[in-house]
Amino acid sequence: MKLAYWMYAGPAHIGTLRIASSFKNVHAIMHGPLGDDYFNVMRSMLERERNFTPVTTSVVDRHVLARGSQEKVVDIITRKDAEEHPDLIVLTPTCTSSILQEDLHNFVERATIETQADALLADVNHYRVNELQAADRTLEQIIQFYIDKDRKHIPQGKTAKPSVNIIGMSTLGFHNLHDCTELKRLMADLGIEVNEVIPEGASVHNLKNLPQAWFNLVPYRELGMMAARYLEKEFGTPYVDITPMGVVETARCIRAIQKVLNAQGADVNYEEYIEEQTLHVSQAAWFSRSIDCQNLTGKKAVVFGDNTHAAAMTKILAREMGIHVVWAGTYCKYDADWFREQVSEYCDEVLITDDHGAIGDAIARIEPSAIFGTQMERHVGKRLNIPCGVIAAPVHIQNFPIGYKPFLGYEGTNQICDLVYNSFTLGMEDHLLEIFGGHDTKEVITKAMSAGSDLGWTAEGQAELNKIPGFVRGKVKRNTEKFARERGFNEITVEVMYAAKESVGA
Amino acid sequence: MTLADTQPQALEFECETGNYHTFCPISCVAWLYQKIEDSFFLVIGTKTCGYFLQNAMGVMIFAEPRYAMAELEEGDISAQLNDYDELKRLCDQIKRDRNPSVIVWIGTCTTEIIKMDLEGLAPRLEAEIGIPIVVARANGLDYAFTQGEDTVLAAMAHRCPSKAPVVESEKKERNAIASLLNFGKKKEDVTAEESEYHKHPPLVLFGSLPDPVVTQLTLELKRQGIQVSGWLPSKRYTELPVIEEGYYVSGINPFLSRTATTLMRRRKCKLIGAPFPIGPDGTRAWLEKICSVFNIEPQGLDEREAQIWASLEDYLQLIRGKSVFFMGDNLLEVSLARFLIRCGMTCPEIGIPYMDKRYQAAELAFLEKTCQEMGVPLPRIVEKPDNYNQFQRINELKPDLVITGMAHANPLEARGINTKWSVEFTFAQIHGFTNARDILELVTRPLRRNNNLKDLGWDKLVKEEAKV
Repeated sequence: MKLAYWMYAGPAHIGTLRIASSFKNVHAIMHGPLGDDYFNVMRSMLERERNFTPVTTSVVDRHVLARGSQEKVVDIITRKDAEEHPDLIVLTPTCTSSILQEDLHNFVERATIETQADALLADVNHYRVNELQAADRTLEQIIQFYIDKDRKHIPQGKTAKPSVNIIGMSTLGFHNLHDCTELKRLMADLGIEVNEVIPEGASVHNLKNLPQAWFNLVPYRELGMMAARYLEKEFGTPYVDITPMGVVETARCIRAIQKVLNAQGADVNYEEYIEEQTLHVSQAAWFSRSIDCQNLTGKKAVVFGDNTHAAAMTKILAREMGIHVVWAGTYCKYDADWFREQVSEYCDEVLITDDHGAIGDAIARIEPSAIFGTQMERHVGKRLNIPCGVIAAPVHIQNFPIGYKPFLGYEGTNQICDLVYNSFTLGMEDHLLEIFGGHDTKEVITKAMSAGSDLGWTAEGQAELNKIPGFVRGKVKRNTEKFARERGFNEITVEVMYAAKESVGA
Repeated sequence: MTLADTQPQALEFECETGNYHTFCPISCVAWLYQKIEDSFFLVIGTKTCGYFLQNAMGVMIFAEPRYAMAELEEGDISAQLNDYDELKRLCDQIKRDRNPSVIVWIGTCTTEIIKMDLEGLAPRLEAEIGIPIVVARANGLDYAFTQGEDTVLAAMAHRCPSKAPVVESEKKERNAIASLLNFGKKKEDVTAEESEYHKHPPLVLFGSLPDPVVTQLTLELKRQGIQVSGWLPSKRYTELPVIEEGYYVSGINPFLSRTATTLMRRRKCKLIGAPFPIGPDGTRAWLEKICSVFNIEPQGLDEREAQIWASLEDYLQLIRGKSVFFMGDNLLEVSLARFLIRCGMTCPEIGIPYMDKRYQAAELAFLEKTCQEMGVPLPRIVEKPDNYNQFQRINELKPDLVITGMAHANPLEARGINTKWSVEFTFAQIHGFTNARDILELVTRPLRRNNNLKDLGWDKLVKEEAKV
């Protein structure tokens, strides 16, 4: 048993449902108690989704506990098949129902005798893997299922022009949809056709076309690696798994793509494109050189998130902006070696943990000028009065902005600059703060307006005011000044203060 | 017209597949830990439970709340670890970090399935660590959403002291609400005021309400000369109300049937079965019923109710003649439907997760009476609804408003159906005369929003531009 207050990654069935409901016309059956169906709430609310979430519960209740599911699961699969006409039905238990050790596989097999749709039991251990691992595995499983099923109909050979499968875009992913748009633009710029994007918006019938692509692009370390490795093993399709986040990594990613394409007989040279984008389209390189950014020199930051975003952000801060990353951390404990390898040369210390308390302590210990983390670190930052830019899941409604906010590609570099700029206090503001001792120094006693300062406080008055607890000080100040103004005092002494206090009967 | 048609119809109850969306009953932790200020809630369940609390409830763990998950891991499920030792380790830590007056263990589906004997473990551990441990099985196998509170209060009902303390002065201290109401008054006034109460057997109210609402309802009863001896739950666990055999009890929420049964059977209380104090009509009926049990002639309720209705008129104009459809989520459905029908709405269907016809008898009778008096058809009451079937009916009926769980609100809105989240009624202050306005504030919000949008001219704005 573990005392837990907060989780960075959800349970396994959430990962499976994210994949299933990302596909077009796939219905998921979640075998579990009624209250376990909150995935539908998350998707509907966070994504502001207009359609009903294609997930139906096969309800585990007291009767099921006593007598087993019997026909229930089979019935709900055949019912949804008739009602929704999906291409595929994915059945998943939750942590709760997986303990019942029912033969769900058998239910699926029995159901498929009657259904028009294909049906599949998600192959995931609900106590050993988390949301991210389960999503990765489910995506691989679905691809594998359709490759095996349609093996005879797989189109032979590659597409005529260089093409790519973008793997790992999914519902409830961190800025996934905007990233996807940005990657499609990038591919278009590079003259690469997008063969398939999976799983978001994809049809399972198109999975047989995956082998036609010249290569697979896996922008997120957490989702898509298993699928890419499977496709490499099965069809020899190479994959590029460099996250194009920040100008340096985006360039590295494009060069890797160039290498992969040229190895297959293309003759592409993207150097000019990289140069043009880096220097003239992305503002990131200029931002780092601009006078604003000069004041970042020597600033300390800490980074925490999933592997993809924490590693990329660490590199951007250290390499592209010259910010001192004191420590970088990930909650993807299962893939810690990769993270260490990626970031250790860019930070003083690497932190691998999913204990939000330990991370909070580590932040308090360092007192960085800015944090780049998840929603949890944002709140830690609020308490410590340290600004935080959110760079990674768990997702929050704020990670589904209406405006275009990708993290990947060249537009992503601009948006990250904004994030960094807004997280630190920079430029002229920073300079003036130093000269004048800040916005909110101890002498400035209220954030609220007290209608200009036609009134002077004597030293004693000021001293007395400072004795008043902070949370009411502003109010006392305003009331006293109002009183003084009404009575025509132009200097506030201790006496005036107490006269004011008496006049309001407090 | 046949003879049967002229007779008043009886309420019809149906039961569907139970394939509906609702929140897990462990969500009660979110409001109960705030209500009971010296408590700590430990939810013993899986990652699935934890992620639910974190996400769907929107209750974040940022402010170090007084609740946590005891997350069951593989070793716990396969019984390789000793439940007692594990729970002791966690409770020791909670004691060290927070030192609460009570630890409430919330059992979940998983503890049911692995048959973890929480009730057996609790007394031993309680004796060992010296903090009371209350066990509530708020699992989703047996209960829906708000019923979680019912399981906690039923468990706490066993812990209420059974003897009033003898010392007179101490008794006064103990009555937190009375002293709150008497705040700022001189001692003599208080004693003088106590005589303003009618002589009646002690009355304890059960149901968790925000403190201002507790005060409001207590005051409404005081106006009738009725003294509330205590509330279950109280603000602090250490101030649980005294419950002696023969005390009268009354529930203020429709989902508290187990607590009612426990108080009647185990604590030998007398239950006052009244409509629930939701809406001015319900509040009045609730007060009248309690008065009638104590043989007290209610004073001034006519005027009070009329005055509230008058103050609601601006909202009533928006909803009169409109229809409302309850998909079923929090068990407040019947009371809300009854109030909204009284407001002049019609209601074709009340979906509800679970219907205890005995505990809700007075409310159901009141619903029937309200429909007859307002001259509208009786709603069909669908227990354990099937959301898919409900969508077909909503499609046919085209109700003006659908009260629904969070999962379906956006899709319904996208299909041109006005919705209101049912959870909002769970968290808003809806009880008593004063708060009737808050219910209508919620109910009319989608209608007012649409009117606003219409006035903005979204349908024309863009087109007109195009013509230029």
